[in-house]
Amino acid sequence: MTNQENATVAVTIRGLIKRYGDRAVVNGLDLTIHTGEVFAILGPNGAGKTVTVEILEGYRKRDGGEVAVLGVDPEHADNQWRARIGIVAQTATDAAELTVDEIIRNFAGYYPNSRDPDEVVEVVGLVEKRSTRIRKLSGGQRRRVDVALGIIGTPELLFLDEPTTGFDPAARRQFWELIRTLQQDGTTIILTTHYLDEVEQLADRVAVIADGQLLDLNTPQLIGGKENRHPQVRYTDRNGAQQTISTNRPSQTLRELLAEYDGEVADLELVRPTLEDVYLKMIATAASTTESLEVR
Amino acid sequence: MNTLTLGMRRGGLEIRAFFRETDSLVFSFLFPLVMLAIFSVAFGNGQSISTGPDGAGDSISFAHYYLPNMLASGLILSSLQTLGIAIAQEREDGTLKRLRGTPLPAVSYFLGKIVLVLVCSVAQAILLLLFAKFAFDVPLPDDVTHWARLVWVFLLGSATGTVLGIAISSLPRSGKAATGVVLPIVLVLQFISGVFFPFFNLPTWLQIIASVFPLRWMAQGMRSALLPESLVVLEPAGTWELGMGAVVMTVWLVLGLLLCRYTFRWIRADQR
Repeated sequence: MTNQENATVAVTIRGLIKRYGDRAVVNGLDLTIHTGEVFAILGPNGAGKTVTVEILEGYRKRDGGEVAVLGVDPEHADNQWRARIGIVAQTATDAAELTVDEIIRNFAGYYPNSRDPDEVVEVVGLVEKRSTRIRKLSGGQRRRVDVALGIIGTPELLFLDEPTTGFDPAARRQFWELIRTLQQDGTTIILTTHYLDEVEQLADRVAVIADGQLLDLNTPQLIGGKENRHPQVRYTDRNGAQQTISTNRPSQTLRELLAEYDGEVADLELVRPTLEDVYLKMIATAASTTESLEVR
Repeated sequence: MNTLTLGMRRGGLEIRAFFRETDSLVFSFLFPLVMLAIFSVAFGNGQSISTGPDGAGDSISFAHYYLPNMLASGLILSSLQTLGIAIAQEREDGTLKRLRGTPLPAVSYFLGKIVLVLVCSVAQAILLLLFAKFAFDVPLPDDVTHWARLVWVFLLGSATGTVLGIAISSLPRSGKAATGVVLPIVLVLQFISGVFFPFFNLPTWLQIIASVFPLRWMAQGMRSALLPESLVVLEPAGTWELGMGAVVMTVWLVLGLLLCRYTFRWIRADQR
């Protein structure tokens, strides 16, 4: 790898393998994540997302392949490296008896280049709850403490694992703004989430993972390939059955349909598939391929 | 910030969290105080503990006899029990995992725990001594020798209890199981080590078993500091055996350190 490449690459994964027993939950994964991008990882539960991310974070050991995060192998990472990353992991219930302020201020001391705790409390929207014990916070407010602790050290690379679980819609939008600000400051962000609109809003690129392997990697606008993105003509036919026609020539399909029916076509709509539609189709295709492989 | 400063700040945080949690406050901090009151009142009824049969010889009140034993009890509760349960729960609730993802030095985390144990056990010991003196008229030593004994037994005992607490926290398979695993161990130790029952009343074979563990020696060391010298005849060897006590506690201290070194895990086994 050249020096120039080094500067623009935040994470490299080559042939990553992780086994539990004789089951490979990550099975030969390759990914390159660039400095400064918001990179989303999607996949059904059990696809190997969290395991992959936790290998990058230095929590889990791998069984094969090469991994470099900010130029360092996370298995042999030191505190200097940890000062450069921020982690918002899933489901922590720690520090219940401490207040928001106490835990954020304490964590600020761990980092050589920490943000102002007051400012962090403000950007995550917890100013009114700063003296409240964490035990008494709602799920969404708790999650914001996690986010605050993830960004307090001014990380170069921020891991967000399901960051907006439990957020109300307004809080989610506020959170998205925060992520955009962090990105503008040059932070690389690795996001795993089940909210597809969040990916559409935030991610520069998306990797879809199933069965521990990469299904596709692209921008949210292009992921899944052309076929999965064809517009759909939907209507109810004369027998009252719902019909869906996927087509890359929607005008042609519509013309034919209008010629066939006199007057109104019942429930007619022309729909462009959302990222969610595309994603679900990809996952379903992957699952059926796996099944047919297993039958053979 | 350096490792030491961070450790002190972690300690401050630990202490705040500890005293806000009613469970830990009642079951480890105040427990010896409550037990001292109960023993003194329940058995105290004009009776006393004496060196000779049927109250003959030198005698002291039950409160006086139980004060050193409750100090030893507090020592083991504030260190071994508190840490054993708390760290197992921290492994479960994500505290340890979160800290492992930050540049906080591991040493600072453990320093924080040591600060917690020291502050709790010192406060507890002072409360016990004052409570015994003013509520039950227990005379406290008036010479340096006896106070020095109290201090070294206290320091060595809490160091041993602390490392054993950290070591034992790896034993429960989950945070929920922690109380169920640690509490009975500590309870049984207290019963066989002469904390709840006078040690001289225990059968010899049980005294021998108890002698393998450090709590027996903490209690005996505390008795050597707080009981009149004439009461030494009630000890199994007829002496305070301070040298033997120091050796047993130190062996457990080293054993505990080795166990911590090789068994301590930041991440739960199923999350590795």
